[in-house]
Amino acid sequence: MYSFQQWNGFQEGKWMEKINVKDFIHSHYTPYEGDATFLKEATSRTKNLYGKLEDLCVKEMEKGGVLDIDTNTVSSLTNYQPGYLDKENELIVGYQTDAPLKRGVNPFGGIRMARTACESYGYKMGDKIEEYFSYRTTHNDGVFRAYNDEMRLARKIGIITGLPDSYGRGRIIGDYRRIALYGVDILIKEKEDDKRKIGLRLMETDNIRLSEELYQQISFLVKLKEMAKMYGFDISEPADTAKEAFQWLYFGYLAAIKEQNGAAMSLGRVSTFLDIYIERDFARGILNEEQAQELVDDFVMKLRSARHLRTPEYNELFAGDPMWITEVLGGMRENGKTLVTKNSFRFLNTLYTMGEAPEPNLTVLWSEQLPEGFKEFCSKVSIDTDSIQYENDDLMRLIYGDDYGIACCVSAMVIGKQMQFFGARCNLPKLLLLALNGGYDNVSNLQIGPQEEVYPGDYLDYDLVMERWTTYRAWLCELYVNTMNVIHYMHDKYAYEKTQMALHDTDVHRFMAFGVAGLSVITDSISAIKYAKVKTIRDENGYIVDFETAGDFPTFGNDDERVDSIAIRVVRDISDELKKTPTYRNAEHTLSVLTITSNVVYGKKTGSTPDGRKKGEPFAPGANPMHNREKNGAIASLNSVAKLPYDCCRDGISNTFSITPGALGKEKDIQIKNLVTILDGYFHNRAHHINVNVLRREKLIEAFENPELYPNLTIRVSGYAVNFHKLTIEQQKEVISRTFHEEL
Amino acid sequence: MSGRIHSYLTMGTVDGPGIRFVVFLQGCFARCIYCHNPDTWDKNTGILTEPEDIVEKVLRYRAYYGKQPQITVSGGEALNQIEFTTKLFRLCKKNKIHTALDTSGFGCMEEEKIKELLEVTDLCLLDVKFTIPEAYEEFTGIPMEAVVTFLDQLEKYKITTWIRMVIVPGLNDKAEEMERLYQLTKDITCIEKLELLPFRKLCLEKYQEMNLEFPLKVTPEAGKELIDSLYNVWNDLKMK
Repeated sequence: MYSFQQWNGFQEGKWMEKINVKDFIHSHYTPYEGDATFLKEATSRTKNLYGKLEDLCVKEMEKGGVLDIDTNTVSSLTNYQPGYLDKENELIVGYQTDAPLKRGVNPFGGIRMARTACESYGYKMGDKIEEYFSYRTTHNDGVFRAYNDEMRLARKIGIITGLPDSYGRGRIIGDYRRIALYGVDILIKEKEDDKRKIGLRLMETDNIRLSEELYQQISFLVKLKEMAKMYGFDISEPADTAKEAFQWLYFGYLAAIKEQNGAAMSLGRVSTFLDIYIERDFARGILNEEQAQELVDDFVMKLRSARHLRTPEYNELFAGDPMWITEVLGGMRENGKTLVTKNSFRFLNTLYTMGEAPEPNLTVLWSEQLPEGFKEFCSKVSIDTDSIQYENDDLMRLIYGDDYGIACCVSAMVIGKQMQFFGARCNLPKLLLLALNGGYDNVSNLQIGPQEEVYPGDYLDYDLVMERWTTYRAWLCELYVNTMNVIHYMHDKYAYEKTQMALHDTDVHRFMAFGVAGLSVITDSISAIKYAKVKTIRDENGYIVDFETAGDFPTFGNDDERVDSIAIRVVRDISDELKKTPTYRNAEHTLSVLTITSNVVYGKKTGSTPDGRKKGEPFAPGANPMHNREKNGAIASLNSVAKLPYDCCRDGISNTFSITPGALGKEKDIQIKNLVTILDGYFHNRAHHINVNVLRREKLIEAFENPELYPNLTIRVSGYAVNFHKLTIEQQKEVISRTFHEEL
Repeated sequence: MSGRIHSYLTMGTVDGPGIRFVVFLQGCFARCIYCHNPDTWDKNTGILTEPEDIVEKVLRYRAYYGKQPQITVSGGEALNQIEFTTKLFRLCKKNKIHTALDTSGFGCMEEEKIKELLEVTDLCLLDVKFTIPEAYEEFTGIPMEAVVTFLDQLEKYKITTWIRMVIVPGLNDKAEEMERLYQLTKDITCIEKLELLPFRKLCLEKYQEMNLEFPLKVTPEAGKELIDSLYNVWNDLKMK
């Protein structure tokens, strides 16, 4: 059993014998059932410090989105001198480089991506880095060495897009709490024990690979200590105070984002854990509420300063410079008690103490059993800031227990015990068009997949089309799994997440997360073929390029079984089909219905579809019904999405919901209560996720035309929040065109 | 028996407390000058619907309505189809659905039928459109006496009542309006709340589609300040 004087005031338990953060939380935290009245406002220290950060953010915007780049250093844990915003006044320290908002170069995912990113902001990557990487294989090099012709073609045509084959895959959550609770030395010791045990096994591929990975994990834990030491902290041993706990934990996260530029670098589930340290300091009389809020504010300020260097093409897919620093709040325990603490409120309160902001990606784990005071505060924050999202704890707790987090937008995983191989998404409407044209892509004019004759008749026959759909779906799913296997083999080999995996159990469960885009378009298209008359329009070569659809057909988003059942069928079939092909490292196949902001780009690359959507027009985001096809009001729309089965979409089902304040009720307190009631209803019906925007379309149009009116306007887009002005013009227009549920 | 239904709203948040299922009935005798739903006037159109079908819809969405499912019957004019409304409300009560009646009080003169309806009504949203009989008739086409009589019935059967008045600039936006309303209602104990609804012009398109002239198209919408000032007058009167 481990023992430290820093653990004074804690109770003995399983958590002292070996790493078990969950046991520690459950035996120490203080559930909070009250309302938000205990919260304090920002202190003048916080305001001053945040003012300095805001000034830098303004400069960053003025410079086209990137404040500065260190082009001569490869980003890693100890490669930069310590950086500060205002050393004397910072409670929590540490930046990715030697100055706030200055970006580092991270070429491990791919050198070309890093080079282009530098160049697009007017910088040139340093010669030393160029030279070093001319001798070194990147993840991107590895992938393209192993890709077969069809994989390259699928990527080019855009039937599978956004794959992490030239950038860091992300979506891995280190259990950063372990550093605060145990100190790094115990973590090293446990990993050394694991490595010794594995060394006794048969040395075949899996064990050899794992042994090397453990070696790397240990070496990065050592570097993590060095990094902290550069800032003047010894994190070998556990944290002694709340301030240290925040700092120790943040060093872990900081090390992860120095090492990796993964697409989504999520935080996990830290607020209730940290509350234990705050409560202990309260009891010791060395901290008060105002100071507790300051710690949270400072920590969140650091998270708001996190940056990665991206290319403009990347921003098209994932707009607004997101990091997906997702932190889950709330949720319930398996024994029926709430996991809400005062710190859950303090994290939400940062949206008032420092104003609305897209990061961290605050995610409320909603349960009907959550304390009313917390529900109402969340609702108020949504109405005031449009900055938070909600996911169904009652649904996920049954599968993941009560210490899971969310990576990126909607990907659930048990903290420190599960990870995923991120796999972007495939374009379903495009697949339908490929099937109809016998493997010909009418946007790129290239051939891919099974080569068949073009669909022969003038009108689309449902049975014949579905036969083709089945053939092409099988082809795509096999290709998709194989492509992912190549990518993640190479990512493990050339860009392994050493820090983050060191903060996982050695024996980790892996998911392989596939995704679909354009679900409502494919659903409505199949519905049109089934219930209306769809005539094909061909080009001079006989390829189908457009459709004339006559007659009514039911559309997704109206709580209409005739078409909602089509959507369910589509995702179920894809999920089943993917599972037929084995995965790298025996990862568990999962599926998401999520697009980030890529619904605009996917639409651009897809021809006209039988539902009436024209070539190039955006898809609806995630699992959303197509804009303005929802004719039966908000609840019917929510009900359609709620029907999509989580059991076969275990990587999440994203729904973005926009409603005007007036449609929620006449007065603020009524609006707050009504939004709570709607969320209770939606999740009661087993829905998985919702982004809530409470705003008027006119406000977005005003912001579009006069950006200076609302410089900090934050909106939820698809699993994350974004500053409206960081979206491309096309994306802004798409957001404005979405359905806003209005009062009549 | 079936009723003539104009439309439904699955997420009503402005017609009674909480989130409610709102049924708009077809058909109305009144011709209020500010009417927002001219498409509900004609009593011969609408979709014939059974009460059972409506209750089934409410229950389908019950998860969204909080602890108790809730319905509001609005119009058109609910009293024009009083037998249907009564039957619907009875069925609602059987299914533990909270019932709210949104009415002008004009549409049925038979006391026995009104009694039967009120027996299954939890809340009445009573529109008091104007407070001077002449104005009332001029701007609505129906007598003010009806709403006064209906209010007496609500008092008699102790039905919780919210008085609602649409405030139209230039027509009923003066402090005296509040004073007269106060005189009219001060002895009625079943009134729980007054709601002043600002006049708005969202209906212009509807009128155009129907080839009708909207009589108030040049009247300005009622602002928040106006509404707040009238609430202040009302609250002062109540304090006396």
